[in-house]
Amino acid sequence: MHLTGKFCNTEGVDTPAVKGADGLLGEVERAEAALRAAADRAGAGSFEAVIEADQKIEPRDVMPEDYRKGLIRQIAQHAHSEIIGMQPEGNWITRAPSLRRKAILLAKVQDEAGHGLYLYAAAETLGVTREELTEALLSGRQKYSSIFNYPTLTWADMGAIGWLVDGAAIVNQVPLCRCSYGPYARAMIRICKEESFHQRQGYQSLYVLANGSPEQRRMAQDAVNRWWYPSLAMFGPPDSESTHSAQSMAWKIKRFSNDELRQRFVDMCVPQADILGLTLPDPDLKWNEQRGHYDFTPPDFDELMRVVKGDGPCNRQRMAHRRRAHDEGAWVREAAAAYAAKGKTA
Amino acid sequence: MNEPLWEVFVRPRRGLSHTHVGSLHAPDARMALRHARDLYTRRQEGVSIWVVPASEITASSPDEKDSFFDPAGDKIYRHPTFYELPEGVEHL
Ligand SMILES: [Fe+2]
Ligand SMILES: [Fe+2]
Repeated sequence: MHLTGKFCNTEGVDTPAVKGADGLLGEVERAEAALRAAADRAGAGSFEAVIEADQKIEPRDVMPEDYRKGLIRQIAQHAHSEIIGMQPEGNWITRAPSLRRKAILLAKVQDEAGHGLYLYAAAETLGVTREELTEALLSGRQKYSSIFNYPTLTWADMGAIGWLVDGAAIVNQVPLCRCSYGPYARAMIRICKEESFHQRQGYQSLYVLANGSPEQRRMAQDAVNRWWYPSLAMFGPPDSESTHSAQSMAWKIKRFSNDELRQRFVDMCVPQADILGLTLPDPDLKWNEQRGHYDFTPPDFDELMRVVKGDGPCNRQRMAHRRRAHDEGAWVREAAAAYAAKGKTA
Repeated sequence: MNEPLWEVFVRPRRGLSHTHVGSLHAPDARMALRHARDLYTRRQEGVSIWVVPASEITASSPDEKDSFFDPAGDKIYRHPTFYELPEGVEHL
């Protein structure tokens, strides 16, 4: 077994030159080093100069209102996704096939809760309150990633989600470690370091199933069949229809286009699927010598839009669950507040 | 003179988070900031300072160190190295 730092990786995401050197964590570390290097350069001054110099904007800096608003929207949506994202996997914690798998799944879902909290805190540095953010999620005014509106039908879905859904999330998130907004970039560095176990445990779990009984194998293949296209859709609409991209790139919030990241993900997954001995459900998937990439069938973007608008298989269930969990936790928050108030007067 | 104690956090450079550098006594927050500047950033060690009343900081107890941090001790499955991968798999 080689565990030589080849963690779930988006190697080459930002620095194609170091191809093969290491993995996700290597890329995250390079982002962290770049952040420090930029910090060491002389102070830049105006907002534009800071962005230009690849330095970080910090909470009390002057920034364009659209930069602030756009970041709040993006970070909030990201945070909501981590929170709602606990549900599809949470669904299987009590039914995990062994204590070991249960402990692993529990640890992963706990991590996602943590990621939601890091991100809410980063959004709050931009002048929005936690109450406003919670309200925006519960009222449906702000969205979360549509991937979490798909159901988890079998245990193999836990493997497929770790491999594909966390894998796609990582490809999206590693470049965000270099985002121009300091608190977001630092939160993403922390998150990406933790994500490295999510994808691995999923892949390893799927590998065990794929090499198990014929029934387990079928279950693994079925899970991959169902999660492949929704995972591709996680990168968002095609570049030709992406609305926020250009400004986001100019402000160095986003570093790569949706289609670039999607391609990167496909190129990583194909050899991984081979080793699993599973097939990706795309008859047109093939290596294109000329492009140096795999050709593939894009996801159904009309379906993506329908799911985003609320018409996916589990939208209503996910929102109802979140609202119920919030309401049922009210007495805990009230009791804690009452206890704290008592402490102050005593 | 019984001036309250303040904990001082300095952001060394743009892009890095504030880190704890030490503490000082001052009558109020404004004075604490000025003192912190004079005491901890005389050689341009920072670009931003936070001062926090030391009395407002709740710290974990050193006596409880073991039991407090114990729960994470046996959860090695939180690390990617816990998972053995098939030979040859890349980008993972
Ligand atoms: Fe996460
Ligand atoms: Fe994750």
